[in-house]
Amino acid sequence: MKKTHIAILVLIAAAIGVLISFTGNLSTYETVASARQKEGKFVRLIAKVDKTQPIEYDAAKNPNYLVFTAIDTLGNTTRVVFYNSKPPDFEKSERLVLNGKMKNGQFECKDMLMKCPSKYKDDPNVAKKNLTITN
Amino acid sequence: MNFIGEHILPGSLGHFLTVFSFVASLIATIAYFKSANAKSADIAVSWKRLARISFIAECVSVFSIFIIIYYIISTHKFEYLYAWNHSNRELSAKYLFSCIWEAQEGSFLLWTIWHCVLGLILMFRSGKWEAPVMTVISFAQVCLATMIIGLYFGSTKIGINPFLLVRQYFQDAPIFNSADYLSLPQMKNGQGLNQLLQNYWMVIHPPILFLGFASTIVPFAYAMAGLWKKDFTGWTKVALPWTLFSAGILGLGIMMGAAWAYESLTFGGFWAWDPVENASLVPWLVMVAGLHTLVIYNSTGHSLRATYLFFIVSFFLILFSTFLTRSGILGDSSVHAFVENDMNLQLISLMAVFLIPATILFASRFKKIPHIVKEESSYSREFWMFIGALVLFLAALVITWQTSFTPIYNKIAGKTTAAPEDPEFAYNKIQIFVVVVLGVLTAIGQYLKYKDTTRGYFIKKIGLPFIIALVLSLLISFFGGINFYKHGAGFLGAIHLAIFASVYAIVANAYYIWGGLNGKLKAAGASIAHVGFGLMLLGILISSAKKDVLSKNNGILLAFDPSQKQDPMENMTLPKGLRTDMGNYWVTYDNKDSANEYGNITYFKINFEQKKTGEKFSLYPNFIKATKGQQGASGNPDSRHYWDKDIFSYVSASSADDVNDTAQFKKYTVKVKDTIFYSKGYMILNDVSLNPTNTKHKINPNDTLIVADLSIVANDSMKYRSTPAIYWKGVNSRLIFDTIFAQDLAIGFTSVENSTHAVEIQVKESAKMVPFVSLKVYEFPHINLLWTGTIVMVIGFAMSVRRRLSIIRASAA
Repeated sequence: MKKTHIAILVLIAAAIGVLISFTGNLSTYETVASARQKEGKFVRLIAKVDKTQPIEYDAAKNPNYLVFTAIDTLGNTTRVVFYNSKPPDFEKSERLVLNGKMKNGQFECKDMLMKCPSKYKDDPNVAKKNLTITN
Repeated sequence: MNFIGEHILPGSLGHFLTVFSFVASLIATIAYFKSANAKSADIAVSWKRLARISFIAECVSVFSIFIIIYYIISTHKFEYLYAWNHSNRELSAKYLFSCIWEAQEGSFLLWTIWHCVLGLILMFRSGKWEAPVMTVISFAQVCLATMIIGLYFGSTKIGINPFLLVRQYFQDAPIFNSADYLSLPQMKNGQGLNQLLQNYWMVIHPPILFLGFASTIVPFAYAMAGLWKKDFTGWTKVALPWTLFSAGILGLGIMMGAAWAYESLTFGGFWAWDPVENASLVPWLVMVAGLHTLVIYNSTGHSLRATYLFFIVSFFLILFSTFLTRSGILGDSSVHAFVENDMNLQLISLMAVFLIPATILFASRFKKIPHIVKEESSYSREFWMFIGALVLFLAALVITWQTSFTPIYNKIAGKTTAAPEDPEFAYNKIQIFVVVVLGVLTAIGQYLKYKDTTRGYFIKKIGLPFIIALVLSLLISFFGGINFYKHGAGFLGAIHLAIFASVYAIVANAYYIWGGLNGKLKAAGASIAHVGFGLMLLGILISSAKKDVLSKNNGILLAFDPSQKQDPMENMTLPKGLRTDMGNYWVTYDNKDSANEYGNITYFKINFEQKKTGEKFSLYPNFIKATKGQQGASGNPDSRHYWDKDIFSYVSASSADDVNDTAQFKKYTVKVKDTIFYSKGYMILNDVSLNPTNTKHKINPNDTLIVADLSIVANDSMKYRSTPAIYWKGVNSRLIFDTIFAQDLAIGFTSVENSTHAVEIQVKESAKMVPFVSLKVYEFPHINLLWTGTIVMVIGFAMSVRRRLSIIRASAA
């Protein structure tokens, strides 16, 4: 066997090992109910802002503290605490991926990904709305 | 209905040209194919003539399409969806091009245009390789043309027509019941360009990146041509400058994207391992691997099979990245990806029509590709270069897997897996070792000779750069203040190892220009590119490991916060006019101003004062009002550049009022039980206490907190309590002001007079709530190493292209 072949095999084995360990570290997308069952475990919660509930954020007092209620597609809600600034257009977001863990009945969010029609994307529905408003 | 005021001609012409370009590139493909397979020279020439005419016709129509779209946008023809949806009248002229790339159609068009340019050069410069190589490129043009053709076959839509009218897109919108709809207010202006794309990098980065994307087809096409015509080795010298060009431009395009992210996005960095970023990095890694194996082959006859594999994979990864970023499959994991549309089938077909024939051709002819049975020596350059190429290739595959495993697995298996908790670290902990290996290989590679190197020569030559690099990297490790303990001592050790490897790469390659090449700069392209690469690695390592959050509220939280968080909080609130302590700086929020022509950008003036040197400067992070009819805004950072660091800041929140607040903090020097009057009442200093046990503030061990306890009695006899404080961490103090919103009061406790026990209290009253900004401020040390390294690397690539071209010319003459 040539040295090159040995090197190829060793490096491929290392790459596979790395990938297996990566796969073991994966997290999961969850709903509110399933995140509650995995209390204390890091998950990604897919939900949106419950606009019927107040959003608590006062940058003058603490810019790193945002509290709101998230509602998932099944209609379950949870209180979410986010230790960072309120992202611009937060109220307008249509979908959130909240990364964090359920703890003591509330979701402690480390960071979030906002799906927002204005961010990067063109949402045909919003464009349509802009088209039909008359003023 | 006859609609009034529409300009139909440019759109009709444009759409005709998209169809025409599709047909022309199809004819070019067939004619080039016939020419390549022709039995006699006469037939080959006549097919080639037809092919050339078709390809040139296609190029003319593609350029015309681009000009028409630019015309529609720049003259604000809002009856067209492209203009209406991606631009508006307020946009400055320099961003009109950005509007074109904002849409999928435009970026496909850009890609097509670069294929045209490259194809035109190849048409006249590739000699006998023209027919087979141009067959591949013309076929790619057919595929890309379908992306913007916008035709329906039954109910299946093929591509997106960039010349759609708004009324064709929103057919059932009521406003189109009026023939005069263009006079309605919502048609008078467009939706605008996304505010994040309104940045000069976005004018220049996409064309360069797409040139990089487009150029990967050339080595691929040569490899395909070699397999197809069974001339397995004839193309390797002429393809080398193209490969160098592709690697250089793609690298430059990726780094321009990183510069844009750094300047314009607010995640606070130049790289986030976002799937879209990875998708462009990975083909580059494989292209660089292919470049090295191609060089090995040209010098020794080894590694030709690997070269074929790498060029096929690199081009395939470009198509795969197109699929990943445009199919919407990354919706939950990327901030950059395009929104989902109904082009998935088309995008998958795009990958298949190239991958399947390429794989069949490669597999069926694999045995015939020449290779050398005799083993390489362990002291040969080709052996270690091949190992380096293999590491690059596997690193690329690992990143691809990490990027695309979960979205694709979820789609196929219906599962809900997602990236790990710390996705960046999941990449970093692997790639840091890739950096170590690549850095060392880059350093020693050129000191090894092809075939075999005598040990004495190698050790003699490599010794001095090794010692210099060791000393330099130890200096950085000991005095550089790299204390990245976040992921444990093991990872920190790996960082130091990687710093050594990248310094070694820089020193050894710089030294090689004199020690190995005797100062022949013409031949030093590779060494210079390697020095640049080493600088980039070093810049990435140091700036990431030493990135420092200046605006951290270190564990100081207020009592209303129910659970105290240990992590440093990265935002700090600055009331207007109050000097605030941030690391080495005093920072004051001065004012804000909507300075630009249309008032859609608000600049915040933030004054910085270096505590030690007294140096003063201002940063102007801004908010750009959202376009596309959205409310809100997004922040745009501003940085102060030094040769050795950047001070990077952006506004994460600000007070909503636009009223100019002219109120100032008033200073009072008081003792316990003294009274301070303000317009709506008075306050009494009850007590000043050191590290009180009942405080709402969190005190870390070894730190000191002095709290002033004030009772406030308002004229309406409401009572409030305020506890401003000074927090001492070692010799650094930080003020914790308190705000009584009901009284529009901000109260700060600013100093203690040791001898008299008098304290200084600052009180500010404002008609409005005190204006403030919440800031994030980072210090990025040595980020310039990364940018300098990029430039040096690209210069090295350019020098190599030039040299290889002149060698080809010399051998042809």
